[in-house]
Amino acid sequence: MTIKNDHKTVFLEGVRDGIPIALGYFAVAFSLGIAARNAGLTVLQGLVASALCMASAGEYALFTLIGAGAAFLEVAVLSLITNARYFLMSCALSQKIDPRMRDYHRYIFGATVTDEIFGISVARPGYLDPVYNYGAMAVAIPGWSAGTALGIVMGNLLPGRVVSALSVALYGMFLAIIIPPLKKDRAVALCVITGFAGSWAAGVLPGVSALSAGTRTILLTVGLSSLAAVLFPIREDEDA
Amino acid sequence: MRNWISIFICFAVIYLIRVLPLTLIRRPIRSRFLRSFLYYVPYVTLAVMTFPAIVEATTVPAAGVAALVVGIAAAWFNGSLLTVACTCCAVVFLLELIL
Repeated sequence: MTIKNDHKTVFLEGVRDGIPIALGYFAVAFSLGIAARNAGLTVLQGLVASALCMASAGEYALFTLIGAGAAFLEVAVLSLITNARYFLMSCALSQKIDPRMRDYHRYIFGATVTDEIFGISVARPGYLDPVYNYGAMAVAIPGWSAGTALGIVMGNLLPGRVVSALSVALYGMFLAIIIPPLKKDRAVALCVITGFAGSWAAGVLPGVSALSAGTRTILLTVGLSSLAAVLFPIREDEDA
Repeated sequence: MRNWISIFICFAVIYLIRVLPLTLIRRPIRSRFLRSFLYYVPYVTLAVMTFPAIVEATTVPAAGVAALVVGIAAAWFNGSLLTVACTCCAVVFLLELIL
């Protein structure tokens, strides 16, 4: 590399790449805010939850559980399940971190691992400068938190059909995450199809449908993912 | 108060998930089963959370079905998160105007 990036330049690059992410977050967080509102969260609770957690599916699960009056253990287990992918992303990112990086950076940097920030982080050449992620988060966190708070505030001011329309934004985002990889990977395609079918079946089958939605999600995820891992173990290309 | 405790539990779990690999695990995970399991988890869990919830989220269930189908199509052609999300919203809004 011919250009020596100082921290300020790298931070501003992070801000630049974070702006489109923040705009997308705002729209999705708005519909998340509606879910939070339906679950009975206050504006402050939604704002704090979003600023701290920075997770769409994870927070959606959290709000659903809060709305259902779920046990704390259920919240902990479902948080673990719905956010397990960040574990993999962090594992991948741990290989892109300079081994000499200070420990305190690891503690802050770790909090920046979201689907989208992960996406722009892995695209950076060479070792990751954590300051890049701080720049992206400096715009992404306010966008995400403000969207959630506004969703809670405005949810009841908007006409019913606008709320109905916005309520599918999150599911649209989930589709954008799970559909493209299934074109290349038949095992992923089977995971998605059996996930859809299993979720529907668990909701109507006698006995199983009496379980809470959170418990059904945990059971289906662990069961189907284990099955897929046994039947279609991923190829070990990268390491010995 | 229960809400705050739930929020904090969620944050603590997510934070640990994100930070532990960066601080403790300095080598790749060895277990092929665990790696495979973790690889499939997001797809299964997001699929389970999407359907049939997307159909139940809308005022008119048919609009939810249409949003699912159009959303899958938009994602199939590599629409971004924002594109797919907005497409689904537009489908529901337009259909509920008519139905």
